[in-house]
Amino acid sequence: MSAALLLSAVEIRLGQTVLVPRLDLEVAPGEIVTVMGASGAGKSTLLAFIAGFLDPAFSAQGRVLLGDDDISPLPAEQRRVGLLFQDDLLFPHLSVGENLAFGLGAAVRGRTARQARIEAALDQAGLAGMAARDPGTLSGGQRARVALMRTLLAEPRALLLDEPFNRLDAALRRDFAAFVFDHARAQSLPTLLVTHDIADAEASRGRIIRIVE
Amino acid sequence: MLRFAPALALALFLAPIAAGLLGTLLPALGYLPAIGGERLSLQPWRDLLAYPGFAASLRLSLTIGLAATALSLALAIALCATLSGTRLPRLQRLFTPVLAAPHAALAIGFAFLVAPSGWLARLVSPWLTGWTLPPPIATVHDPWGVAAILGLTLKEVPYLVLMIGAAMNQLPVQPSLSLARSMGYGRIAAWLKAILPQVYPQIRLPVYAVLAFSLSSVEIGLVLAPGSPPPLAVLAARWFADYDLQQYFPAAAAAILQLLLVVLAIALWHLAERVAAFFGRIWITYGRRRGVETPMLLTGLALAAIVVVLALASLLLLGLWSFAADWRYPDALPADWTLATWQGQATSLQPLASTTLLVGLVAACLAVALALACLENEQRRRRRPGAGALWVIYVPLLVPQIAFLFGSQVALVRGGFDGTLGAVIWAHLLFVFPYVFLSLADPWRSFDPRYARTAAALGAGPLAVFWRVKLPRLLKPVLVALAVGFGASAGQYLPTLFAGAGRIATLTTEAVTLSSGGDRRVVGLYTLLAAFLPWLFYGAAITLPALLFRRRKGLQ
Repeated sequence: MSAALLLSAVEIRLGQTVLVPRLDLEVAPGEIVTVMGASGAGKSTLLAFIAGFLDPAFSAQGRVLLGDDDISPLPAEQRRVGLLFQDDLLFPHLSVGENLAFGLGAAVRGRTARQARIEAALDQAGLAGMAARDPGTLSGGQRARVALMRTLLAEPRALLLDEPFNRLDAALRRDFAAFVFDHARAQSLPTLLVTHDIADAEASRGRIIRIVE
Repeated sequence: MLRFAPALALALFLAPIAAGLLGTLLPALGYLPAIGGERLSLQPWRDLLAYPGFAASLRLSLTIGLAATALSLALAIALCATLSGTRLPRLQRLFTPVLAAPHAALAIGFAFLVAPSGWLARLVSPWLTGWTLPPPIATVHDPWGVAAILGLTLKEVPYLVLMIGAAMNQLPVQPSLSLARSMGYGRIAAWLKAILPQVYPQIRLPVYAVLAFSLSSVEIGLVLAPGSPPPLAVLAARWFADYDLQQYFPAAAAAILQLLLVVLAIALWHLAERVAAFFGRIWITYGRRRGVETPMLLTGLALAAIVVVLALASLLLLGLWSFAADWRYPDALPADWTLATWQGQATSLQPLASTTLLVGLVAACLAVALALACLENEQRRRRRPGAGALWVIYVPLLVPQIAFLFGSQVALVRGGFDGTLGAVIWAHLLFVFPYVFLSLADPWRSFDPRYARTAAALGAGPLAVFWRVKLPRLLKPVLVALAVGFGASAGQYLPTLFAGAGRIATLTTEAVTLSSGGDRRVVGLYTLLAAFLPWLFYGAAITLPALLFRRRKGLQ
């Protein structure tokens, strides 16, 4: 049921400058591929293109597929590509549990069923019983884990990680990276990680691709 | 010196407003010895309640205030939710003439537009309607207050969009929207569920200010609302202006009731916020990705676009009338153009324009100086005022003007200052300072402190840092604040009337006075100038820094 993430002849330009040179890539379900490059090298632009947020200032060619589905013509909200940013972006107007409920699809109906799913997700993140907490009172590591669980509850078909470990200090960073990779593998999600830190890339134990202009 | 600035600002506002309220409350209870009110009594209230249109007047005020605020907020939200992104800043530039124009000027232009003899009727007559004479329909001064509601909306929608835009600048809007959309939420649903709940607490006070103004504006009431019975604030102003001084007593009672009405309406609004937050939370956490919000907000966007077009058309129409030679009904355009109105009115315009300029400039400069002193004090002492301070700044915008201006006038008369330019400038300052301070505070507070520290490390004292580093770097926001302050001053109607004791007139007060029955060419001209002067200041605020720093790319 999980499908691979395919990039077919993708190339992104800004005016005359080639930001991402022609790229063909297949990320198998559960595989983690790291894209590396210096800052400003168009790594995040590549993720924006895959997720459907490319700024109109850029021009892009090529297609993005999930298995046999060509998702390139779809608007972002129909692609089902999960995102994790450097900032956890937990909504401060919602409690921890409500943040997770924001991610959880409406197919899970009824108060008790939804709460059970949210409790289960919190449990997996080692945050059992924290649904009513204000995200502002959580530690950086806890917030990062909530952010991942929120993304996963939306049931994405692929996962894009945009330097999500940058804000965490060294020890936390390793733990959280392992946490993210374990979940991606357990859910068989094709995962693309963008970073400029070789340690993150090595922690993923996967292929590494470098973008050079 | 500097550390007295906040105290001075407080003394400038709270003391006169409190004194003014007391000076209105006592006559409302029958006590004003100067005109024979020696004993406390409830007679003013009995007189007020005995006014034949009292209930209708009260209902009209509440309808206009609540409906104008709700409509303005809904349309502003629709605009921001549908256009959030790169298109919003561009749209805001289009709003500048509307934001700069006094409420009264927009209202007068709007009346020219929608009156039975107005431009909209002319555009479709006689070919569509068959009208060769203005139809006998009350499209302005209608008994339900619809014209007043729409007239207020013209100005409040751009204002609230500006406030929402400023609040969004403090939030990670684009990443949050991307995140929500990647989870399957449509663009508009994502904005409503992820951004709006974070924005609303930031715009709560501006919304209350809109509510207070819409409930109690006298000039909008005079120009667009029905006359018998009029909205409560107009009734109070009419009685205050009566030759029979005994009318002061019911007038003061009406003014105090106006204050209670504003307090009640804000309480109601707050209750509605709580209810909306309760259901909103359920709506947000229910997980539905798609609902009726998209068609609803696109409808809102269309309505908001109409409002913006109407506002710009209202201003344009003022200009058309001022150059019209002969404009018969139902011609869509004047048969001939002329400068005669401009030339004929030049001598009476000149003193009005100079008073407007003088009062506005002095009030705006004083307000900017005071605001800079407060902000500088706050930075040097590293103390950020709490949320309570913001409420204090908003007090003059929340308390209805009619409720304390009479009391202030009594005090001015006692001191022998009424009817002087100084009194008018001081009265304007009350309303100019909040806008100036609010427009300066964000840029000043977000100015990177490392510049100042670098300068200090190079040996510059605090004064040198202020004059040679901060001020040049922040020249644009300072000039914008000056323009905002001038615009606020030029738009004041009631404060000019009361503090000027009817002897000092500005373009705005004269335009409102003339608007009831004056020659449209003359009214158009006065109103156009009332709107044009602030606009000039906004233009200068935008172009001057670009000109001064044309060799400095980082300051463009």
